[in-house]
Amino acid sequence: MSPQRSAGRPAGGLISPAANTWCPGCGNFAIEHMMKSAIAELSEEEGIPLHNFVLLGGIGCHGKLVDYLNVNGFYGIHGRSIPAATGMRLANPDLKIICHVGDGDIYAEGLDHLIFAAKRNSDITVIVHDNRVYGLTTGQYTPTSPFGFRGRSTPGGISEHPINPLELMLAAGATHIARGYTKKIRHLKDLFKEAILHRGFSFVDVLQICATYFNLTDYYNEHTYEMQEGDVETGRFESALDKIREWDYDRDAPIALGTFYSVRRPIYEEKFQALTAGRPDRRALVRKVIERSR
Amino acid sequence: MREYSVLIGGKAGEGINTAGLSIARLFSRLGYRTYMYFDYPSLIRGGHNFAIIRASARPIGAHRTPVDVLLAFDQNSIENHRQRIHRGTTVIYDASQVTKGEGYGLPIDTIVREEDAPPITGNSAMLGALARVAGIGRDVLGDVLRESVPAKHLEANLRVAGRGYDGVESAFSVEPLDAPTLPIMTGNEAAGLGLVHGGLESYVAYPMTPTSNLLHFLAGQAEDLSIKVLHPENEISVILMALGLAYAGEKAAVGTSGGGFCLMTEGLSFAGMAEIPVTIVMGQRPGPSTGMPTYTAQTDLHFVLNAGQGEFPRFVVAPGDIEEAYTWSSTALMLSWKYQVPSIILTDKTLAEGGYSFDIEKIALHPDLEPVLWDGAGEYRRYARTDDGVSPLAFPGREGAVVRANSYAHDEIGFTTEEAGAVTALQEKRFAKGESLKAELAAYPTVKIYGPRNAGATVVCWGSEKGACIEAAERFGARVVQPLVFAPFPARAWKEAMIGAGKVVCVENNATGQLARLLRQEGFDPGRPVLKYDGRPFAVDELEARLREVLA
Repeated sequence: MSPQRSAGRPAGGLISPAANTWCPGCGNFAIEHMMKSAIAELSEEEGIPLHNFVLLGGIGCHGKLVDYLNVNGFYGIHGRSIPAATGMRLANPDLKIICHVGDGDIYAEGLDHLIFAAKRNSDITVIVHDNRVYGLTTGQYTPTSPFGFRGRSTPGGISEHPINPLELMLAAGATHIARGYTKKIRHLKDLFKEAILHRGFSFVDVLQICATYFNLTDYYNEHTYEMQEGDVETGRFESALDKIREWDYDRDAPIALGTFYSVRRPIYEEKFQALTAGRPDRRALVRKVIERSR
Repeated sequence: MREYSVLIGGKAGEGINTAGLSIARLFSRLGYRTYMYFDYPSLIRGGHNFAIIRASARPIGAHRTPVDVLLAFDQNSIENHRQRIHRGTTVIYDASQVTKGEGYGLPIDTIVREEDAPPITGNSAMLGALARVAGIGRDVLGDVLRESVPAKHLEANLRVAGRGYDGVESAFSVEPLDAPTLPIMTGNEAAGLGLVHGGLESYVAYPMTPTSNLLHFLAGQAEDLSIKVLHPENEISVILMALGLAYAGEKAAVGTSGGGFCLMTEGLSFAGMAEIPVTIVMGQRPGPSTGMPTYTAQTDLHFVLNAGQGEFPRFVVAPGDIEEAYTWSSTALMLSWKYQVPSIILTDKTLAEGGYSFDIEKIALHPDLEPVLWDGAGEYRRYARTDDGVSPLAFPGREGAVVRANSYAHDEIGFTTEEAGAVTALQEKRFAKGESLKAELAAYPTVKIYGPRNAGATVVCWGSEKGACIEAAERFGARVVQPLVFAPFPARAWKEAMIGAGKVVCVENNATGQLARLLRQEGFDPGRPVLKYDGRPFAVDELEARLREVLA
């Protein structure tokens, strides 16, 4: 991890003084520290100033990360980080905008925004803390909980199957799709860096341990594997789709980790940039428009 | 003083709105002030659309029931408006569509065919006929067509208009006035331009009548105005996108109507808590629920005053005419940025889609306001405590600042907290901003008075009803008092305006008297209600009759 270069930051660098309230053993720690390292390394290696990073959080355990890291933060409302992120990117193209979202947060409450940001190829990064259970509201099923999951709102077990968020994102038009796991931290950090550097909509679903309500550590340790060169052609939709369908978040199957898909396409924000470029005297422009109605 | 009213009616899709605006331009050319009421059902083709254009030497913002000229493209345009036709009314109808008409029948189908012109040019035949009936010269008619018709269709329109002109006879003569030709704009357009005047850089909206045309207008002018115009997936995205823009330093506004505003309320409350500026143009239409999408109402006053969970200051203004739409939209945006509060510009279908003469030269602009920006000294604290409650702004990308916006209760830096002392201080800081905003507004015309001071009777009204009220009140020598700002409520200005009010009536386009309820809540007597809730604005004569019941 690189030393802090910016002046005026409190000792402890990228970790803020806010008291951490996650449960012991929570998968969020791994995400927090790997994002911290990813930001520090990108700043060092790519020369991206730390003040150009913005982290957004939704509501849920994941969102606290925004308080815990010492970079610009937008601790928003449940499920709604993504449109705010697109707004920021529209306002300032230099910003590196990273949405930390939860699986309940973005696959339930804010799914519309996720799909549309992918469809637009908005130049933002979405990191899903996918623990497949609601933590902060104490143990209800989410859109990625497996069939039969017994939560506090569904004591008899759910009779619906989970969505495969990667498949959904591929169909929606996401240009960068990856999956990580909180017990494979170096790999996770590399996935974060790659996603942040991707120009366009980048999406990382992170299989995250919930130590209290849904601890799948043993299951994931047994089933996950890191994809190797040649396992998937990341530039080809059909190849990515096949690999993404290997595991559907429901049945037992090998769980691939890594980047499934990454292509370049024009970004949403590009064409709007020119409209507000320079320092136009808008009041003079207003007068012209009024005169035309005479 | 002479004034003129013209009705043009036909089916949706026949360009009645555009034709109405051309009629207004005809009078505008001669120095008249114009107002156009446009009435249309929620459908794309068919039905019955009509526009009433009224022209006068003085500023007006309302229509009257009787008309001097009725231009009918179909039978409905006569049958539905029998009450408007009087002895002096000239009726001109499309003889190809209307079977039972009295007046001049123009065989529009035949004219258009003979002139080898597209069917839409039928509007120009009516315009030509109107010009002749009203004693308006061919040169003025030609000027108006040249302005409103694209060059490649101009010749065809001029030929068809000429046939209309020659097909009727002069009935009266509109005397040219010694006054300039004023621009004609809708309330939506004026609000949009006012926002840009106030510093708008991005407009975000999802289509919803009656503010869809604000989205269309700004999108069409985006390059000319150097602004971004965005149309995302829903109103939730709309307001969050605006908050993201503002957090990153760009001035943004959104537009919607009641249903869309319902979806925005969580974002509104977030803006209140996180102190992110946002300006919302809220065009009212009759509810509940989908209601009557293309009609008018003043039914969301308490909704916008109270929307959003929790308690936070906000600015709410309801302009009553086009000049107010312009100046107050500009001011609403600037106040939102100066005090980091949500600003709501409450319009309605009447104002938003009505056409008005816009006298930009006579406009009394409010002072320019600047947001308070961080000076760069020391550690940046987004929610730093200050005397006036306003914490200096910095935006992400600023070296040396970590900018934290937070929807949770937070400390001065922006870190989440639930500590009793900190959350009390935060709440008090927000309300200090509300007090500062209120103090600033003391110098603004937050309550307007029209007519004599000690008239013995006062007509209270708000928003677009102002136009009808000013004219109707004159009949009774009554004063009109119009509150413009509703939050923070200008209690002192209200008290002063109502000194010697005498008998008071409160005119509103709703069923429960929403302004009256607000006045009672503030400790004032709202007088007797005069309410209308059929989705239509008061005509001046209709309001006179209603006032007579109460004041006579």
